[in-house]
Amino acid sequence: MQCQECGERSATLHYTKIINGEKTEFHLCESCAREKGEQMPGIDGSFSIHNLLSGLLNLDTSISEGQHQVHDETPSMGVRCPTCGLTYTQFSKIGRFGCSDCYQAFDDRLDPLFRRVHGHTSHRGKVPHRTGGRLKIRREVEQLKQDMSRRIENEEFEEAARIRDRIRSLQEKLAGQGG
Amino acid sequence: MSLKRFTEHALSEWMRGKGPQSDIVISSRVRVARNLSGLPFPMLATSAQSSQVVRRVEEALYAAKELPVLKEAELIRMDDLSELEKRVLVEKHLISPQLAEESRHGAVVLSKDEAISIMINEEDHIRIQVLYPGFQPQEAWRIANQLDDWFEKHLTYAFSEQTGYLTSCPTNVGTGIRASVMVHLPALAITKQLSRLFPAITQVGLAVRGIYGEGSEALGNLYQVSNQVTLGQREEEIIDKLASVVKQMIQHEQSARRRLAEGTPIQLEDRLYRSYGVLSQARVISTKEAMERLSDLRLGIDMGILSDIDANVMNELIVMTQPGFLQQYAQERLDSQERDIRRAVMIRERLHHEGTEDEQ
Ligand SMILES: [Zn+2]
Ligand SMILES: [Zn+2]
Repeated sequence: MQCQECGERSATLHYTKIINGEKTEFHLCESCAREKGEQMPGIDGSFSIHNLLSGLLNLDTSISEGQHQVHDETPSMGVRCPTCGLTYTQFSKIGRFGCSDCYQAFDDRLDPLFRRVHGHTSHRGKVPHRTGGRLKIRREVEQLKQDMSRRIENEEFEEAARIRDRIRSLQEKLAGQGG
Repeated sequence: MSLKRFTEHALSEWMRGKGPQSDIVISSRVRVARNLSGLPFPMLATSAQSSQVVRRVEEALYAAKELPVLKEAELIRMDDLSELEKRVLVEKHLISPQLAEESRHGAVVLSKDEAISIMINEEDHIRIQVLYPGFQPQEAWRIANQLDDWFEKHLTYAFSEQTGYLTSCPTNVGTGIRASVMVHLPALAITKQLSRLFPAITQVGLAVRGIYGEGSEALGNLYQVSNQVTLGQREEEIIDKLASVVKQMIQHEQSARRRLAEGTPIQLEDRLYRSYGVLSQARVISTKEAMERLSDLRLGIDMGILSDIDANVMNELIVMTQPGFLQQYAQERLDSQERDIRRAVMIRERLHHEGTEDEQ
């Protein structure tokens, strides 16, 4: 299969990206991929880490910049992570966060990026056992609520009541932990 | 040292090729990225902070030695290795080039069978990797998950309820999981079906990469299929999707092989025998030619056309004929011309001691 960019070399990298809500396929040779500064989720280790994301993020920046321009001549490009000092501009150049607090600091700009790369914006996977207790409980409550309404639909009221009690005790536990 | 003895010490478990569907699937890998809470990611960490990461992982590892899989594991610091030793670890897929070349206070924890390698201070503080021969992504995830649970007892990870495990690169955030399967697809390549297959694979959210290419080519019909998405799906969903797509690729490759066998076998037979001839007689051979011929050899073995050759020669030789390995075996630096000569010698020896194995 030929590289879609140069049409000369054979394509060795195959992946998709979501652009304007649509899945777009990419079939590139390594040199074209490198030239484009392409970022290829799922494909590790082909290049040195730096500059991979810059194309993608600069695009993102210019879009949101356009929206902000009406209100502010110098928009949130200068937002800085209070912990590590990385600015959003730097992040968009190198494509890497400096520390875990960067996620919080750049929060309002990350959803479009996550949606483009992953198609989603929130985590549904594993939770740390020791420190992720609250989230685990909340997920269990969600699950139990669904169970409960199914029971009620099936008129299994005794079982539904048992589940309700379980939900209550979990909610008390959550309240007890504060927050 | 004889090649046989060298091989016994040099091969990782995954290169021995004794896994499910190993006629098509070379290896399955699951990698999990994690960072420690309260410390900047390696890119911005100070030297003291990076060495603190190593120390903390080392302490956790000490406790984790209760885990059977890590019983005889060893922590190796990049600073203690020569360039050549690092290169060999890269060629065996145990560490990344980045850890070898760019990391500060980089280290790796290696299990005895080399199925587990935990990179420290690569792009993320911790990258747990499990690499198995053949088609077993689920089993690789099971072990990686277990190791992750174990480390989490002793280390506090950077985690947010909304975004999951926080990673240096936004393409890894959420589950931090990257699962990949290395497949050998010679029949689909010969019958020119890859250009139909790859778009279908990318459409379901997986990425494909030709590997062992020098520059722009994919050599030896070896491809790596991996998940693109790490956020918004559960780990099991990610692994199961990859597994089910690879299963279909295996079926396509199998049916392409069956059709090849039914079609015009003499041309194919000729090509495979010629490749065997080249590998067993050549005096100078480039990586490119070696990879292509080894792919033919493997196809010939798997289709039952070439007999009395261990199917594993490809798995072993694709790694052992890489530059670092050749130099390690030669115990000296070699330029590329010398490597082509040594490569031919190594392949001949390996194919030769196939036939005489019983006598040794
Ligand atoms: Zn190209
Ligand atoms: Zn930060």
